[in-house]
Amino acid sequence: MVNAHWLSRHKGFLILLPSLILTAIFIYGFIGTSFFFSLTNWRTLAVDLSLRDPMWQTYADMLAMPRFQADLRNTVVFTVLFIGLAVSVGLGLAILLDRQIAGKGFFRNTFLFPYALSFIVTGVVWRWIFNPETGINLFFNFLGINRALEAAGMNPLEPGWTTDPAVVFSVNQLLSQIWPGGMSFQIEWGIPVALIPVAIAATWQLSGFVMAMYLGGLGGISPQIRDAARIDGAGDLRLYRSVIIPMLNPITISTVIILLHVSLKIFDLVFAMSGVGPGFATDVPAIFVFEMMFKAARYNLGAAASIVMLIASSLVIVPYLVHTFKHRES
Amino acid sequence: MMRTSLLLLIILLLSSCQSGDPTRSEKQIEVFTWWTSGSEASALETVLEVYQNRYPDVEVVNASIAGGGGSAARPVLQTRLVGGNPPDTWQTHHGAELMGQYVMPGFAASVNDLYDAEGWYELFSPSLIEMVSKDGEPYLVVLNLHRSNTLWYNKHVLAEHGIPMGDALSIEELFRIAEEFQNTEIAPLCMGDTGIWATGIMFENTLAGTIGAERYQGLWNGSTRFTDSDVMEAVRTYGRLLNYQNDDHAALSWDQAADKMADGACVFYSMGDWVYGELIRDGLQENIDFGWVAHPGTEGIHILVTDGFTLARNAPHPEETLNMLRIMGERVVQEDFNLIKGSICARNDCDRSRFGPYLQWAMDEYAKSVAVPTVIHGSAAPADFQQSLNDALTDFVVRRDAEAFTKMLAREARASGFGM
Repeated sequence: MVNAHWLSRHKGFLILLPSLILTAIFIYGFIGTSFFFSLTNWRTLAVDLSLRDPMWQTYADMLAMPRFQADLRNTVVFTVLFIGLAVSVGLGLAILLDRQIAGKGFFRNTFLFPYALSFIVTGVVWRWIFNPETGINLFFNFLGINRALEAAGMNPLEPGWTTDPAVVFSVNQLLSQIWPGGMSFQIEWGIPVALIPVAIAATWQLSGFVMAMYLGGLGGISPQIRDAARIDGAGDLRLYRSVIIPMLNPITISTVIILLHVSLKIFDLVFAMSGVGPGFATDVPAIFVFEMMFKAARYNLGAAASIVMLIASSLVIVPYLVHTFKHRES
Repeated sequence: MMRTSLLLLIILLLSSCQSGDPTRSEKQIEVFTWWTSGSEASALETVLEVYQNRYPDVEVVNASIAGGGGSAARPVLQTRLVGGNPPDTWQTHHGAELMGQYVMPGFAASVNDLYDAEGWYELFSPSLIEMVSKDGEPYLVVLNLHRSNTLWYNKHVLAEHGIPMGDALSIEELFRIAEEFQNTEIAPLCMGDTGIWATGIMFENTLAGTIGAERYQGLWNGSTRFTDSDVMEAVRTYGRLLNYQNDDHAALSWDQAADKMADGACVFYSMGDWVYGELIRDGLQENIDFGWVAHPGTEGIHILVTDGFTLARNAPHPEETLNMLRIMGERVVQEDFNLIKGSICARNDCDRSRFGPYLQWAMDEYAKSVAVPTVIHGSAAPADFQQSLNDALTDFVVRRDAEAFTKMLAREARASGFGM
């Protein structure tokens, strides 16, 4: 009888127990293992689990690598470009579709369609689109833009897209002023031109998803609010700027969080589209992890980089989760 | 209710353990390579066909994964080896890659008995056997030999510009000719470095050509340092060469660059002789459409790229694997394979009259030169340094900072355990 009583009291816990155990082993256990590997001397195929001396040397080496510095820069630049573009394009599409236009259902599905593709497919397609020899550069010739430019005495428009190693808007000078150690940066801190096409491709894929999120939000705004705003004399622009977009804020936050974790972990799109790029212009931490782990067999370095990625994602996700739970409790 | 679900879970777990390869008990052999492109795949096919004809009841599994130099295949192989699920035999280069990746961790088994039984100690050159051996025991059956330090050129373009070519070319002559093309539509040097290793070939060739065979080999045992002045000079020369390459190099792969040379859009191409197969496939004729010399300064040096096959320790099908390796070492098989692959036999008794002028030249050069290893194809240094060199090159091609480049290589060589 006691047993039955005990069982019924702990039923919830017992039902959860298998998944708790699996989560503990396969998520937290393996995170711990990766972290441990990052502190060891393991850098060949032969397993070497002795701790490095000093223990954090792999992290120090990694942060001093020009390649990893470029990866961090690229992640920041890509995240800003991609989220900025995806959210504004997605919101724009949602607002357009929210107005009663013909063929609404058709356009909604068309815009959402790229989201159904895998990043690898997107990457391969956009790789060809931005190929300087065969891609959209041919349109510049075809449409006569280059002929017009040459006639005007200017250079023809032949961007290298993902093969352009240039880094524009470099802030190294500025950094070295505000941060005395800034001169030791081995890379240009700026916007790698080659990342822009990658951000465009990612936007193409995910702006439909952003649009769907916003359409859901727009559907939740009652017509009375719109009517009230109109009666108060708000024009279209004013209606969206001061009433509807602020009301969509919770959607924006969720969308940005979801896109953030896409951009922090991005691998397949970049790998298929441009690889590490010229001078690491399009390299990202996930490619770094893959190459160090599976090509160079530097398990400690690959593990260290994946721990850094985990921390970066947690910095975004944990505050969001805390916020959500608090919200729910109150 | 809970008991049933637990039972279900246990059944699921158990059945997933047992659902291994059901054909394992049947006669089978799995050959793991990265030969998937036109000539490579059909060359491999000739070998597998001989095997299939001789052992019709064995299922031959061709587990090839695309990607130049094994860039995509090796990660898969590595995972399978560490996970205890090795293919019966897999393709690898000699030297550091074979030893560091497969022999030292105990993934490959000795094939000494096979060498003894087949009399291969007489039929492969002693220097080659030494390159695939540890403690006097060979671990690899070498199928073919490539040369990575050949400078190819488009004969028509040079003839149109009235530039004569002899049997050799010095680096200064190369720069002088390159200057003549400076203000034309034609790029003096061909390059296609979407895969960064392609420019790495030109770097290694320039390095060996500048510092010589002995100093070059010293880099891999620590007696030469990357920060020494002659290495620095080689890096600067390589940097000068980069100024003459085609503008769209970053958008092309190595074989697209070869096509560019075939079209006469660029003149010289410093690349291994896998280019030869590509040019022949484009319908070009050797000595008429294209010619070749040793990369400047590398006369008497043969930067050697081998392909060979291992015997997996605990191979699932050891007997079938030994039969396969035995076939790979046969003379006619090696001849047929190499004629298609565009390389020369590893055996020293192949019939040279079956091969064309370039391959005969390569045989003669190999016979009279010092064979040296390459980082780019894994034989000179461990995998971690191979990655470091590729990364350093990715940076150098854009920034051209010779000092940072050599310092980084010196540091990484020390960390990898062979540099001073």
